[in-house]
Amino acid sequence: MDDFRSETDSDYTSYWRDWFISSRGNEYFCEIDEDYLTDRFNLTGLNTEVQYYQYALDLVTDVFDLDCDDEMRETIEKSARHLYGLVHARYIVTTRGLAKMLEKYKKADFGKCPRVMCKSHPLLPMGQSDNPGVKPVKLYCARCEDLYNPKSSRHAVIDGAYFGTSFHNIIFQVYPALIPTKSYDRYIPRIYGFKVHAPATLIRWQNVERDEMRRRLRKLEIDSGFKDDEGEVDAEESEEEEEDDVDIEGMENGEMMPEGVQQA
Amino acid sequence: MSSSSVTPESWISSFCALVGHEYFAEISEDFIEDDFNLTGLQSQVAMYKEALEMILDVEPEDDDEDDEEEEEEGDESIEGEERVVRNRAAAERRHHRMASDLSIIESSAEMLYGLIHQRFICSRAGIQQMSEKYDLAHFGVCPRTFCDQVRTLPVGLSDIPGEDTVKLFCPSCLDVYVPPSSRFQTVDGAFFGRTFGALFLLTFPEYDISKKAAETLAGGRPLPAVLDGDGGDAEKINGMNAHNLAPGLGRSKVYEPKIYGFKVSERARSGPRMAWLRQRPQNIQDLDEATIYAAEHADDSDYDSGINGAPTRPQQVTSTRARANGGSPMSVDANGDTYA
Repeated sequence: MDDFRSETDSDYTSYWRDWFISSRGNEYFCEIDEDYLTDRFNLTGLNTEVQYYQYALDLVTDVFDLDCDDEMRETIEKSARHLYGLVHARYIVTTRGLAKMLEKYKKADFGKCPRVMCKSHPLLPMGQSDNPGVKPVKLYCARCEDLYNPKSSRHAVIDGAYFGTSFHNIIFQVYPALIPTKSYDRYIPRIYGFKVHAPATLIRWQNVERDEMRRRLRKLEIDSGFKDDEGEVDAEESEEEEEDDVDIEGMENGEMMPEGVQQA
Repeated sequence: MSSSSVTPESWISSFCALVGHEYFAEISEDFIEDDFNLTGLQSQVAMYKEALEMILDVEPEDDDEDDEEEEEEGDESIEGEERVVRNRAAAERRHHRMASDLSIIESSAEMLYGLIHQRFICSRAGIQQMSEKYDLAHFGVCPRTFCDQVRTLPVGLSDIPGEDTVKLFCPSCLDVYVPPSSRFQTVDGAFFGRTFGALFLLTFPEYDISKKAAETLAGGRPLPAVLDGDGGDAEKINGMNAHNLAPGLGRSKVYEPKIYGFKVSERARSGPRMAWLRQRPQNIQDLDEATIYAAEHADDSDYDSGINGAPTRPQQVTSTRARANGGSPMSVDANGDTYA
């Protein structure tokens, strides 16, 4: 499908970039504008990072006409991919880049959060370092604010620096409407409907941390982003009541289980 | 779907060999043959008797015998009469069973196997078998970056079939995840049940759950004895080894959003709000609520009842409401309001 989705400058035959973003494993990348690539200012400092910088740039911008052997070409090709990735990290924090990545985010091109309570919230790619060759790309879920490994091994080897440490945070500053509602939903380990003591104490401790955070924010009159029906101080009580219901339900379910299962 | 009567393989092992059934343990026939383990399943599975025969690879010739048995059972149960009538109808139907019934029985057998499986993996033999599968990382690894490839356990979010598919429980971050492969999205979560994941942690406290899947596979069987070998002096917290209580959480394992190297403030609208979910106290003994309570209320006249009362948190215990349960060791604050 990517073959036909040349996102910009469709009148221009951006052959290499078209090929690059539509090839398998590069689904996370968006197409960088020709204008952006040709503005030298945007490429400041990259010439020391990329081998055969000029040839690589020529290849990316489709003006490459060097006669060379296959080995050389392969090296330049590799450099071109690296260069594209590094420019990509800069491009996606620009207005146009953000808009393109937003489209991909809305289509869940980067996958969905594997956490059950996030209910398949779309993910965003990110790097844990801005330096290339440090850490591969990770996926950020804005709902649980945590990082996940890409499912596919194709994506797991992409350099995290091609997306950077800032992009996924900037996008929510630029588009605050995108910030998902946060939720208290979580998994509580149970045995025959009963909570397990050690995890339950940890969960209670975490809930105190959370309530303290909400109290801090309320003092500053800042919207905490949680659902309104989870009012802060009342939240503790109403939430406990909710939990009660679950408990009772859980016990009923538990009773349906014969105790004998442990005996066999 | 292959019917076992033709192949030399048993129905159970061929079922477990199917694509998408990698999480299932092979239930021992002894477990299935013990009627006690099947209590209550008759009413949940259509064509129960036939399904059971299929699972056990019993040829359905001995109809009469079965009927007698069924009727005996039926009389004992509460809705005995109803069941006898149903059984007779079933027996009649059995005589002119069609080939099309076979697919119904097959799906019933799968359902029945799953429901027995839910019980089996909580039994001694079953949980042992699952621990061997866990050792070999048959259930996959946690997708969370900071959990660093620790192994997961299959769990259900409901014990009732048909509600949700199987999920993966990560003992390192105490959260549940969707299995990465779509072939598990047809496996019912109830076939594993809500209990197994937590029960596994309590059954094998000596496991080092923070170990990477790759490490355990490379090093053969895990040797937790190294950790606990010298007389079990590992730190304990609330009945678990401290190093096994959510080792994937806590400082340096919580993601801190940054823009150009600067932390995003909590006061920003897009600031972090969910860090609590991945937090863990620096000093794990902060979770020892009973001891903290005892220390704070050492001179309290209510001391004896209080220390047993499992207070939720130190600040709250001062309210009279929290003490409504008296000294019951089973009481939990949240329940106290309902039952008091």
